[in-house]
Amino acid sequence: MNKEPDGPEGRLRRFATIWSRAIFPVTATSLTRQEFEEQLLPHARVLRDALTARVFDSATGHAVGSALVDVHCTDPEALSRTLDVVDAYLVLYCGAERDPEELRARCARVQHAVAAGFAQALRERTRAEQEAISRAALDARHAVAEALHASEARFRAVFEGAAIGIGIADLDGTVLQVNEAMLRMFGGGLDKYIRGRKVNEWTHPDDAPQVWRLYEELVRGERDHYRVEKPYYRQDGTVLWTNLTVSLLRDADGRPQYQLALMEDTTERRLLNLRLRYEATHDALTGLPNRTLFFERLEKALSAPDGKRFGLCYLDLDGFKAINDSLGHAAGDRLLVEVADRLQSCATAPGEMVARLGGDEFVALTTGPDTEREVDELAGRILSMLAIPVRIEGRELTVRGSIGIVEGPAGERTPAEVLRSADITMYRAKSAGGNRFELADPKVDASTITRHSLTTALPAALERGEFFIEYQPLVHLGEGSVSGAEALVRWLHPQHGVLGPDRFIPLAEDTGLIVPLGRWVLEESVRQAHAWHQRHLPGGPVRINVNLSPCQLYHPGLVADTVDILERVGLEPGSLCLEVTESALIGADDDLLKPLRLLAEMGVNIALDDFGTGYSNLANLRRLPVSELKLDRSFTQGMQHYPADQVDLKIVEGIVSLAHSLNLSVTVEGVETAVQADQLRRLGCDTAQGWYYARPGPPDRLHTLALVDAVG
Amino acid sequence: MERPAWAPQGIDISIPSVARVYDYYLGGSHNFEADREAARAAMEFMPGLPKIMQANRAFMRRAVRYAIAQGVTQFLDIGSGIPTFGNVHEVAQGAHPGARVVYADHDPVAVAHSRAVLEGNPDAGVVAGDLRKPQEILRSVPVSELLDLERPVALMLVAVLHFLEDADDPYAAVAELRSALAPGSLLILSHASFDGIPVPEEQASGTVGVYKNIRSPLVMRSRDAIARFFEGYEMVEPGLVSIARWRPEASLEQEDPFAFSGYAGVGRTA
Repeated sequence: MNKEPDGPEGRLRRFATIWSRAIFPVTATSLTRQEFEEQLLPHARVLRDALTARVFDSATGHAVGSALVDVHCTDPEALSRTLDVVDAYLVLYCGAERDPEELRARCARVQHAVAAGFAQALRERTRAEQEAISRAALDARHAVAEALHASEARFRAVFEGAAIGIGIADLDGTVLQVNEAMLRMFGGGLDKYIRGRKVNEWTHPDDAPQVWRLYEELVRGERDHYRVEKPYYRQDGTVLWTNLTVSLLRDADGRPQYQLALMEDTTERRLLNLRLRYEATHDALTGLPNRTLFFERLEKALSAPDGKRFGLCYLDLDGFKAINDSLGHAAGDRLLVEVADRLQSCATAPGEMVARLGGDEFVALTTGPDTEREVDELAGRILSMLAIPVRIEGRELTVRGSIGIVEGPAGERTPAEVLRSADITMYRAKSAGGNRFELADPKVDASTITRHSLTTALPAALERGEFFIEYQPLVHLGEGSVSGAEALVRWLHPQHGVLGPDRFIPLAEDTGLIVPLGRWVLEESVRQAHAWHQRHLPGGPVRINVNLSPCQLYHPGLVADTVDILERVGLEPGSLCLEVTESALIGADDDLLKPLRLLAEMGVNIALDDFGTGYSNLANLRRLPVSELKLDRSFTQGMQHYPADQVDLKIVEGIVSLAHSLNLSVTVEGVETAVQADQLRRLGCDTAQGWYYARPGPPDRLHTLALVDAVG
Repeated sequence: MERPAWAPQGIDISIPSVARVYDYYLGGSHNFEADREAARAAMEFMPGLPKIMQANRAFMRRAVRYAIAQGVTQFLDIGSGIPTFGNVHEVAQGAHPGARVVYADHDPVAVAHSRAVLEGNPDAGVVAGDLRKPQEILRSVPVSELLDLERPVALMLVAVLHFLEDADDPYAAVAELRSALAPGSLLILSHASFDGIPVPEEQASGTVGVYKNIRSPLVMRSRDAIARFFEGYEMVEPGLVSIARWRPEASLEQEDPFAFSGYAGVGRTA
């Protein structure tokens, strides 16, 4: 092709350059102008051919107009400029050697065709694009509608299937929609009951005070949600308790529109909580408030404002343990229930309450206006109520009680201090014989040794060696010689001085400390006996008697411990006698007797202590592995003075005869006079023990006594 | 039951869409009267707006060809709008048959339109996704089917970040995208700015006001603020420059004065 600037191709390109420069500024193309010109060049050639063709074909002009639209010259200005360029330059650069008039006329026709082609193409493109974007909008709408439908279906499923109640109301409180769960909560299926009333009419007397204020704030748009515990009336009038969450729904512009309520039925849970709370605060047997609830009330009474007073009665039944032991626990329980009912009827005034602290311990609290008078009257009423016999299993039982009264102003003492004072005072009433009440006395409280303080001090006392043993001689009545001694444990308390076993052995039994303490006593006593043997006291080797508490009897280590101690110390088993109380063996079966039997077979002596105080079956004596009876001191009291009680004499004579026929020796306790000693010797008792011979004392006293006796 | 108030909004073509307004600037008819009204209102303040859009298109075209020349043949174009003409897949596949392109836009109409345009093109796809939630785009089916994120990708954020306000934390979104890209990936970015606009700033602010009114706030950022988007990238020559100055292929004298508005640049991950 001729590319010379003045050749036909060169001229054509110059036309294309002018054309592209004219319309490039109004195109939207992202091509460079040079690239754009390359795109126009073929169309310039079409224009030239249209101008010079022998026969004019308007389709060629159409094609050029259409091509303009194709290269993104959609701005009408592009057409205007194109027509200008064609008008001014097409003939000039592309006209052949033809008649100028003819060329001009042809050029005008070309322009008409280009304009028509452009308009048509633009119209088609515009229509196509409008249709495309409309279809896209429709498609998008469809997709959104589908998504919306799916999401609505999901929400509806959640709404209908939710276990919690869901409801929507407008801001006036008109209910628009509620789900199945909410209908069920309100009594099932009764849509009308819920829809018929506005939300703000759903009041209940137990509504929390802030509920309706929160509601108003929400519907006014000042609050977006609130959560409360709210009761409602069900259709049938019963109460429905709910955890209610209300949220404000706003429209797209943030204006409040609806309120959404989510409701959880807590009625059951609430009842359960109430029941659990009741069970936690009440005694299962008697139904009375228990220790927990009592302490709550006492605490409240004690933290009452200045000027308020309280009164407390602390009641412990007298001899209840004996009833329990003799008639059984079922009877004991029925007695407690009866006592509880009576106490309840004694404390009916406002501010009065009765509680069971445990066992046979009860308390009555009053916080009335005149507690000083009221608490006395209350205690009096309780004692007179108890005086009426209780009928249980066909028997008339009379229970008495000991009451400790504490009365005073609130705000001075803690509940524990008050109860301690009441406890001490109650024991004072009991020590004074029971069936009475005593008033608390702060001075007495301060000096009283409480069971509690002793109990907590016990373990440390054993570690610090605060226990020691005294020995009381056992005298052979026939020969008048010392045949042995009973080991008696004492506690040298740093504050309270020497305490006897009756003060701390029961506490040691309760806490289990009796086992190590008993072991210590046994070892200590066995060593002492061995020491006496080493000194070869006149009258042969003396025996050592050691008490076994019921707890030790049950302890699985009894036999092994005893054997171990005897072997380590080197004492003959025959020099040891273990004293077991009669009551500990009542009803004992073979399993329980087995350790004692083992010890007896080894040669250890077993004595039945306090014989005659329990209800022992004499026939049973044969199966017990005992070799000795220790008669309770009550049998010998009638023989202290001359002439002796004849009945007592007969009883003792009978027991001795029975014992001897069973090959049991008899020891008598509590011998205090020569008359007694003489009587007992004549009745055939084997051994005696008592102040007449010697009080319990340190081990060396026994040595002295034995020497004196030998001389006498 | 009435339609719940929490249900998503539908398609409302009476609200202008920036994608369709853009199409209008480029002489297209993929728009509705509301779009055209907004576009005309904006052009009252800046009559050269179409030229800025055109310059953006031209930059995109040059950048795509640059990427292909660098051997990067996968493209993720976020905020792609309505592919009027000369779009990424046309340029990329024109330069390199088989080049992979995924478009992402949050305008459902733009997405539906793109889907129609791309029908039958196995190497291009579109995902409805928001630049503010990059993970939704990165984990989408089109991305996982078409792009191999183990290999370099050209991430295109052309004329889109200026529609994210600072409260949307656009820097975090860009960083999140970067961390998903393999070494050697490119970030192709352009952004509106008052810098280089051949009209006084007060006048240009009128345009910003128009976009604010159609609830698509236009955030004009400084050069420094725009440069921060390239954190973690090495800038490719000539760095962050006015749109027309990025590797121009023709004499700058031919360019419209508006083509120098805003900034464009390409960065490469190490």
